[in-house]
Amino acid sequence: MTKQLQARRLDGIDHNPWVEFVKLASEADVVNLGQGFPDFPPPDFAVEAFQHAVSGDFMLNQYTKAFGYPPLTKILASFFGKLLGQDIDPLKNVLVTVGAYGALFTAFQALVDEGDEVIIIEPFFDCYEPMTLMAGGRPVFVSLKPRRNQDGELDSSSNWQLDPTELASKFTSRTKALILNTPNNPLGKVFSRAELELVASLCQQHDVVCITDEVYQWLVYDGWQHVSIANLPGMWERTLTIGSAGKTFSATGWKVGWVLGPDSLLKHLRTVHQNSVFHCPTQGQAAVAQSFEREQLHFGQPSSYFVQLPRAMQRCRDHMIQSLQSVGLRPVIPQGSYFLITDISEFKSKMPNLPGAADEPYDRRFVKWMIKNKGLMAIPVSIFYSVPHQKLFDHYIRFCFTKDESTLQAMDKRLQKWKDELRP
Amino acid sequence: MALSMFLARGRLCTLSSRPKFLKTICASKILGLSTSAKMSLKFKNAKRIEGLDSNVWIEFTKLAADPSVVNLGQGLPDISPPVYVKEELSKIAAIDSLNQYTRGFGHPSLVKALSCLYEKFYQNQINPNKEILVTVGAYGSLFNAIQGLIDEGDEVIVIVPFYDCYEPMVRMAGAIPIFIPLRSKPLDGKKWSSSDWTLDPQELASKFNSKTKAIILNTPHNPLGKVYTKEELQVIADLCIKYDTLCISDEVYEWLVYTGNKHFKIATFPGMWERTITIGSAGKTFSVTGWKLGWSIGPKHLIKHLQTVQQNTVYTCATPLQEALAQALWIDIKRMDDPECYFNSLPKELEVKRNRMVHLLESVGLKPIVPDGGYFIIADVSLLDTDLSDMKNSNEPYDYKFVKWMTKNKKLSAIPVSAFCNAETKLQFEKFVRFCFIKKDSTLDAAEEIIKAWSRQKF
Repeated sequence: MTKQLQARRLDGIDHNPWVEFVKLASEADVVNLGQGFPDFPPPDFAVEAFQHAVSGDFMLNQYTKAFGYPPLTKILASFFGKLLGQDIDPLKNVLVTVGAYGALFTAFQALVDEGDEVIIIEPFFDCYEPMTLMAGGRPVFVSLKPRRNQDGELDSSSNWQLDPTELASKFTSRTKALILNTPNNPLGKVFSRAELELVASLCQQHDVVCITDEVYQWLVYDGWQHVSIANLPGMWERTLTIGSAGKTFSATGWKVGWVLGPDSLLKHLRTVHQNSVFHCPTQGQAAVAQSFEREQLHFGQPSSYFVQLPRAMQRCRDHMIQSLQSVGLRPVIPQGSYFLITDISEFKSKMPNLPGAADEPYDRRFVKWMIKNKGLMAIPVSIFYSVPHQKLFDHYIRFCFTKDESTLQAMDKRLQKWKDELRP
Repeated sequence: MALSMFLARGRLCTLSSRPKFLKTICASKILGLSTSAKMSLKFKNAKRIEGLDSNVWIEFTKLAADPSVVNLGQGLPDISPPVYVKEELSKIAAIDSLNQYTRGFGHPSLVKALSCLYEKFYQNQINPNKEILVTVGAYGSLFNAIQGLIDEGDEVIVIVPFYDCYEPMVRMAGAIPIFIPLRSKPLDGKKWSSSDWTLDPQELASKFNSKTKAIILNTPHNPLGKVYTKEELQVIADLCIKYDTLCISDEVYEWLVYTGNKHFKIATFPGMWERTITIGSAGKTFSVTGWKLGWSIGPKHLIKHLQTVQQNTVYTCATPLQEALAQALWIDIKRMDDPECYFNSLPKELEVKRNRMVHLLESVGLKPIVPDGGYFIIADVSLLDTDLSDMKNSNEPYDYKFVKWMTKNKKLSAIPVSAFCNAETKLQFEKFVRFCFIKKDSTLDAAEEIIKAWSRQKF
């Protein structure tokens, strides 16, 4: 072919760091604490819901309504209507998508035009940047930064904050959207109401749409509270709230997500949706609907999965925090999400010259070394930063702790061996 | 007044650990109150979707949703998928590891099965990781192919009538659709067949130029049911090679080909593999449209761009469905020559239904075009000369009004064929209506009842 084959919208977004790391994990004998998925089953009621969806009415094998299987949009409207303090219409204010990933794509394509600016808070779930670029938008980054810590104490994700003046300076007349992620991946930060009020106030002042990725909304620890920015005064009409069945019910392979928002915004997402995937698979949606119906009955009670899951994950988190410290890794205690990041500065100073490409950030070289030599897989945090900032944040790696006890024990074994090797 | 508002704001602001900064921001918010008037401007849609908001299916499925209506509209089987397909999915629902993410470009066992199946047709090895992509239905493959390979300002040839998403998808990519209609040969007293509808080779050649990035081919064709012959495909292939054009070949109905016809894959023609994306569908292959799994097969230098789109759109498709599909494919791959193989049994089953539909439509004075493939049949409704004067919205094409009238008055729904046409060609096809016949016998019986009563009313 003599013409350029691929469309220009793919420029600069063809490389995906996950492909490389997932490949590495599959090739080596590693304890995989990298990619964010549970290695324990979804709760029984969710598994049963899926089994029911696939062995019941055979018409569930056929197309459902394009914008969402009616029982699912109905329960999402009722469940989240209560949480967001809004009267949510299942047809106008809810769109079901192929995972939260699909929701993000749909939102960017619907609203971001060539030259529009999108404010992205770093560290960010890595797809926000290429999705902005694919829509012709210009990402504008602002970093969460750790405040100075007391020596000897472990850092906490709550310590990482935005500088309000710096944040305000990022808004221009070209700012179309701000993408918020709370609880945050990879840091685990849970934005406080006050922090969200700051963001909200700027969004209103500059008439910006807030796209809020709240997939980890139930994974909140230590008594912290998840706050949905759409709940704040003046925000419902300019916010798209994204959720994930995968993270909610520990079933990432179902790929069911949703967007909640005002019709004035959702109608544009519906246009993108009907011209991209059109329908989402029916049976997964039926299973999620049934699972939410169950949770609605148990909401707030000890039997609720949304109560049990964070409790169990907090134990995993604490186990991992304890274990990682034994080899000189310094975890940042996350307030929420599936992940924690650990400071590897000590390793960076002790073994600065790990194999890798010339300008490859240290954390990537460290992860590859760790996979090869210690049988542990994590994800370098620099992939969650914009290119200019990667060198500033190349001394952190991300671990996923939402794993079965046996996985954490396997991790302990490898860490013990590592610790033994550290002794002179 | 302003001061008291500021102080009120100040009280709220002290909730934070940085009261000084927040007060500053809140004060500026008061000044910025007037910007709320500009809200509606900012919330405008991105240009790429301008004019793409209407959709024929949304409108017509709503109409046919009335349970008293016999729905021969949307291409949705009301027959059960094969038992073993349902069983596989049931078994898989119990396997825990399949509830989590799988490989983004396609679940390993599925791409392996697809590779094995299609190698038989391509007579060449197909690399499961580099030359296959699993997508959210064939719809998703079309989207990935167009987004990945079609740029702003490119021209894309679209054959009319066309599956309705081709035009908006091309436009969403900023490209220009160039339309060419299929034209019917005169009949000479023979039964009207989809093979009577052809492209004029000279007219087709005139549509190609240096800006032509791709042509979208659909065979077997929706809505006509045309199965392009080897010779017809060769004409297209010759032009693609001459103008160095890509071919996006939508072959979702590839198994549904009736006696006397054969499905040909344009990608197997000399010089075509390197420039063709061939799209398939689990939904149409196994009568499981709700699984929304499709695939693109092509050379790695093209598939890699569809993979880039995938990793920036949905990333991965549902795991349990992909595994179930893989298992179902293995069952049929092992018995390709067996009449029990669904790839053989379904077209046999549908041919009977097709023939029944042809007969029914003729009996009431509709002129059907016998499809050589697919599960739709279109009919010319003009001979009925139905009085539609009391239908509102006289700007709509005749077939839109006819379908709405028929749904309301005869409780039978279909899809207007002009929905598969661009604005300029709508008039050419406005006397045609599309019926779907992948329906259980009781549905076709109900349709027969309606049609018989209808024909009795006329005489």
